[in-house]
Amino acid sequence: MNRLIRQLLPFASLLLVVIILSAWKPAQFLSMANVSNVLRRSSVNAIIGLGMTSIIISGGIDLSAGSMLALAGMAGAWVMLKMGGDSPTPPQMLVGTVVGTLAGGACGLLNGLAITQLKLPPFIVTLGTMSAFRGISYVMNDGEPYNVPEYVFLGNGEILGMPASVAIAAVIVVFAILMLRYTPLGRYTYAIGSNREASFHAGVNVNWNLTVIYTLAGLLVGFAAMIATSRTISAQPTAGYNLELDVIAAVVIGGASLNGGRGTILGTIIGTLLIGFLRNGCTLVGIRTEVQLIVIGAIIIIAVAVDQMARLRAK
Amino acid sequence: MTDPRTDSPASGATNDVVLRMSGISKRFGPVQALSDVSFNVRNGTVHALCGENGAGKSTLMKILAGVHQPDDGSIELNGVPCRFNVPGDAIVAGISMIYQELDLAEDLTVAENVFLGAEPRGSLPFTIDRRAITAKTAELAAQYGFNVKPDELVGKLATGDCQIVEVLKALRRQASIIVMDEPTSSLSEAEAKRLFGVVRQLRARGLAVVYISHRLEEVTGLADDISVLRDGKVVRSARAAEMDIPSIVRHMVGRELNEFFPQKDATVGGVRVQVKNLSSAEGVRNVSFNIRAGEIVGMAGLMGAGRTEVARALFGAQPKTSGEIRLDDAPLDIESPGDAIHHGIALLTEDRKRTGLCLELPCFCNVTLPNLDVLGMRFLLRPAQEAAVAQKVGSQMNVKWSSPRAPANSLSGGNQQKLLVARWILAESRFMIFDEPTRGIDVGAKREIYALLNELAKQGKAILFISSELPELFGVADRILVMRRGELAGDLVTRDTNPDAVMHLAAVP
Repeated sequence: MNRLIRQLLPFASLLLVVIILSAWKPAQFLSMANVSNVLRRSSVNAIIGLGMTSIIISGGIDLSAGSMLALAGMAGAWVMLKMGGDSPTPPQMLVGTVVGTLAGGACGLLNGLAITQLKLPPFIVTLGTMSAFRGISYVMNDGEPYNVPEYVFLGNGEILGMPASVAIAAVIVVFAILMLRYTPLGRYTYAIGSNREASFHAGVNVNWNLTVIYTLAGLLVGFAAMIATSRTISAQPTAGYNLELDVIAAVVIGGASLNGGRGTILGTIIGTLLIGFLRNGCTLVGIRTEVQLIVIGAIIIIAVAVDQMARLRAK
Repeated sequence: MTDPRTDSPASGATNDVVLRMSGISKRFGPVQALSDVSFNVRNGTVHALCGENGAGKSTLMKILAGVHQPDDGSIELNGVPCRFNVPGDAIVAGISMIYQELDLAEDLTVAENVFLGAEPRGSLPFTIDRRAITAKTAELAAQYGFNVKPDELVGKLATGDCQIVEVLKALRRQASIIVMDEPTSSLSEAEAKRLFGVVRQLRARGLAVVYISHRLEEVTGLADDISVLRDGKVVRSARAAEMDIPSIVRHMVGRELNEFFPQKDATVGGVRVQVKNLSSAEGVRNVSFNIRAGEIVGMAGLMGAGRTEVARALFGAQPKTSGEIRLDDAPLDIESPGDAIHHGIALLTEDRKRTGLCLELPCFCNVTLPNLDVLGMRFLLRPAQEAAVAQKVGSQMNVKWSSPRAPANSLSGGNQQKLLVARWILAESRFMIFDEPTRGIDVGAKREIYALLNELAKQGKAILFISSELPELFGVADRILVMRRGELAGDLVTRDTNPDAVMHLAAVP
């Protein structure tokens, strides 16, 4: 029972935020354009959040996600421009999208290999790559963005009347839920996060699984980077600045433990939407961006404190 | 050694009683952890507290330490009623606890630990007089004849020395009562012997020691008084001289244990495991032995003799550097635990919480974790089927759980251990290594583990049983291997040898 309340808490908070905003600013908030805008924005964070959730469940962390997003976006856009000049054709844009996604995967693989082969804490490795990836994305075009004005579908297009990015994110979410629940990789993710030594002694190939988890997370960041690039029709070396903090916050608000072994995809999605609607609501009622940071910060601490209290009482 | 005075300690009639806990009751939700418990400790004695896990020993001691408050009852120290609202109150009153998991800061020195929280001030503000704490620690150690260096980092000390640091900490706090919870559970025989010396020292100086242990030989050898708890009640409290091990066990479990060790009925078959010249980077050198099908081979040795390291080499946790491992005549190449499991080797690690279980995960996940391949779930899991399989193995082994979906940390120590055994039964391992399987579990659960070893042997499995407790090795094993400094010092047939011979081989260089 207690457990149920705990899991419903983020969802209830989300509902509360939506209800308050609907009552307060019905005209602006409930407009189709606004809601779809929030969902579009959230889809990038949600996709990255899926990988981050797995990493956090495994007992790790990825601080490099924001920088990785910039690097992958730059790589994808560069390929498009390299191949098609100023107006790449749709197949060329597809190749660019794949390359950007793979670039993210390569970054994730690098993180995973450094963590497992050099036996370094994920915090340290990704702190380093956070800086390095950002640096690379600046170096790529001397700090200038790559503009891809015709690359609009992922970020602005529609599938069956839904924003394309939202529809795609929804599909990936379903796969992620199934992955964590119904595949050995998912089970090993929880097991490694719960007790790495015990998993090793149960024959789990810890290094292999961790490397796969970081690589998959990187692929997701790469793909999200292409959505972000398409949204702004340009790849910016400054993209995703501090993004990892929003994503980690969403995962934690969703009930995952930074000690590993605990967390759910659904929780992360709710956490992501909560932050998305909060940001949007703050803007609608005229709270400045700077003040929004304070609100988000307070929410993170309150969410984890409440979760912890419920947990202690359950014991 | 035993005090000849005849009054029962439970009556507490004499005035040399330093601690008098009377009518203590404590309820946690629906569980009555303690009901009307009276517990008296006399000055200058060792009072052993026995009972199975869950009998209420820890709760009683936590009430004494101020961690819990009793619902009912009173505590008197030297005849003065006291109330401990927080652990600090108990410490000030002269009660020091030495828990099984020691409370030491590993990166500080012995002296810094001893004076932690009570450092003498230096001449400058906000400084510590380091010289004084070192000198005082050395003085205290010398006074009691303890051989520790005050400047040594605690992280570098052996467990036995850490316990002495805890004792020093208690003495520095001028404790009059020291409670030791399972102090020998992670000590070698030699270290344990030294600790008994320390306990006797404390007693000789007039301190009272409350001693909690599952090892009843220790209890009878050391204690002046013994109290046995069962289901939250004191079922017997008497002078040690009036009790022997069988009677303690009888009171603990509430029934007669006719035969503590099961009758062996496995038929020993052909050679199943052959280990030749096994060496590893962790200090195992040229170890060779065989184990037959249905045979339980014990492994004795002091702490650090390389027993666990042999297990780790056989299991691939620290792969061998040279030597040969054959199972049913097939040479095995084992580079990781995954390889070992695949070839039918199982290892029950010595520390089930640290290296055995994923405590937050459901029980069934812990059972199936190494067995997903065997269950045909290499690519896709079927949790419902996993739970059903776990339920089946679990009920065969009499695991007590609310459901296979309950988290592993909701189970008692003995049941957690059974969960791990269930995992390897499901894996149909042919060669099973048990590293200290009975450490820290109660008498009833121990007996079940022995019966289980016997049952597994009967099924033709080869079993390597590592233990620091000689009585259980002699009670269960067909042969006993003795390790000394990474090498095999002896390979003895149990019925042709005796504990002294084993200890001699283990200790003499």
